[in-house]
Amino acid sequence: MTDADPVRLYRTVRLIRRFEERAVELVHAGQIVGGIHPYLGQEGIAAGVCAALGADDVLAGTHRGHGHVLARGADPARMLAELCGRVTGLNAGRGGSMHAADLSIGVLGANAIVGASGAIITGAVWAHRRRGRDTVGVSFFGDGAVNEGMLLEAFNLAALWRVPVLFVCENNGYATTMPVAGAVAGSIAGRAAAFDLPAVQVDGQDPETVRVAAAAAVDRMRAGGGPELIEARTYRFDAHHTFEHAVRLDYRPPDEVTRGRARDPVRIQGERLSDTDRAAVDAEVEATLDAAVRFALASPEPDPADALTYLYASGLTARTGGG
Amino acid sequence: MPRLSYRRALTRALADELARDEAVFLLGEDVQVGASLVTTGLAKRFGTERVRDTPLSEQAFTSFATGAALAGLRPVVEFQIPSLLFLVFEQIVNHAHKFPLMTGGQCSVPVTYLVPGSGSRTGWAGQHSDHPYSLFAHVGVVTVVPATPADAYGLLVTAIRHDDPVVVFAPAGAMDLRDDVDDLTPVPLGRGRIHRFGDDVTVVAIGHLVHDALAVAEELADQVSVEVFDPRTLYPFDIDGLTESVTRTGRIVVLDDANRSCGMAAEIIASVVERVRLLAPPRRVTRPDGAVLPFAPALDRAVQPGRDQLATAIHLTMKDTS
Ligand SMILES: Cc1ncc(C[n+]2csc(CCOP(=O)(O)OP(=O)(O)O)c2C)c(N)n1
Repeated sequence: MTDADPVRLYRTVRLIRRFEERAVELVHAGQIVGGIHPYLGQEGIAAGVCAALGADDVLAGTHRGHGHVLARGADPARMLAELCGRVTGLNAGRGGSMHAADLSIGVLGANAIVGASGAIITGAVWAHRRRGRDTVGVSFFGDGAVNEGMLLEAFNLAALWRVPVLFVCENNGYATTMPVAGAVAGSIAGRAAAFDLPAVQVDGQDPETVRVAAAAAVDRMRAGGGPELIEARTYRFDAHHTFEHAVRLDYRPPDEVTRGRARDPVRIQGERLSDTDRAAVDAEVEATLDAAVRFALASPEPDPADALTYLYASGLTARTGGG
Repeated sequence: MPRLSYRRALTRALADELARDEAVFLLGEDVQVGASLVTTGLAKRFGTERVRDTPLSEQAFTSFATGAALAGLRPVVEFQIPSLLFLVFEQIVNHAHKFPLMTGGQCSVPVTYLVPGSGSRTGWAGQHSDHPYSLFAHVGVVTVVPATPADAYGLLVTAIRHDDPVVVFAPAGAMDLRDDVDDLTPVPLGRGRIHRFGDDVTVVAIGHLVHDALAVAEELADQVSVEVFDPRTLYPFDIDGLTESVTRTGRIVVLDDANRSCGMAAEIIASVVERVRLLAPPRRVTRPDGAVLPFAPALDRAVQPGRDQLATAIHLTMKDTS
């Protein structure tokens, strides 16, 4: 099941990197309203974990969720259209950056409530298994989420009922501006130990290291093991959110940022490729994203009259607010 | 004619739906033995895979149900006390309710949240006696409060088959009611029921209070002709049915066992006066603003809307007629 092809892994990190850079440009150009939480620097985690998944598996991400959705194989053009609020977007322009979802490939959505994805994925995997499928799930969350009760409750449920969920903590050192040391009593792996969840710490800047760890966990889970946790240590290269470009929050020492940026997952994986292979992937990714930007910007905006379409799956209609 | 209690009607609805549809399963605290007396016997009949006891982790199991629904199942989550809804308001409102719109129609989240024993259970005091249905109506989650055994059966069945999240409040004050029930059938959402016809005033009563309203209407029968309207679902609300009733009577009094400010009674009155020119100012009988139910039985009763208050409100409405 596992996709160990180094070229493909590189393609994924490169795609996420350039997608994010293009998206930041579109934020500054006013085409993406509301800004984004860039995944820049953390690409190796989504890429490595998703390379270990099969077609039937499901995942849910976070407010910093573009990488997870792209790594799972969503169409970058429709994803970008979603960020631009267009009808052609993955969510028809109703979700935007923090809710991008593609149920057709098992992406139950980025989730903007910190710590929320764990219990949802546990229920989804349990349901698929009850129907005889071989599904495993992944819940991505940040270091800030390990203090949320709901996530810890999800650890308990998944472990108790042996639901194969891989809990992936992307420890980038900060929850917005709050450093891990100021927020987490004990340790992240210690949270897992309390529920008998096997936990490993990996270098999240090396996509291949992440892939190997995730593949091993997924194999164990598929063979009947219970949930596991991976703490991937990483660094976000950019702001918590693009609003930071305007407000210039001061919380990370410049030399820390320099050191953090030096360990670049795109470069680390790229060095495993020949120059020609790498150049070919770079060119292909560039062409894909040029097309994605053109598609997104050329796509129509939704009709305001349809603002609450999709509110109810049952077809119930809401009373209007005016008059 | 078979007699069925409200509580057993809920059990029957759960059993029928578990039997009818493999996708339905039940989740909650102590549901296997049936601590609420609503799920009694279901685990024996359907197995513990489909009638699952959970640890005390309301937030996780509520979102677990959301995930299971996204994956094609139809969970019914039972809550032991109504205030647990405060704990899981986030999980219901921010996730289950919002997913269909936020995903642009990619999914549905057909979860039923069942609260048997909502409102005051005499002597259970502050943290066990709330009736938070207006919160769910406010955010647009389908909200159901059946008053009779037949409606309890019919609305719970409908809730389970509905493709969006539904909260079913079964008032403690109704759980022991018994009714003659000939044929149990699904009851549609958004359709009220007139329990008693009258000409002078429409009393809208919610849940167990329907029976108080009927008693008061009977008491006053030689002075005022009272119509008793039971909305049955608070969201969606049968505003057409109520408009029709109030257009005939010209007067409205609402009886609502929840806090006054921003409550259902306010919403019902506002919706009616938008459509109907009344003969007298509308009135509402509710719990006081911001009420917390005190423990001592006399205090508990003092806070709940009572029959005397309703009778007074009806008289005042008749007197105020311009
Ligand atoms: C429950 C909750 N609390 C607060 C917020 C506001 N918020 C959004 S992102 C964020 C920081 C999250 O940090 P972390 O989990 O470490 O993820 P990261 O942003 O570093 O990827 C906060 C506080 C939220 N969205 N949800």
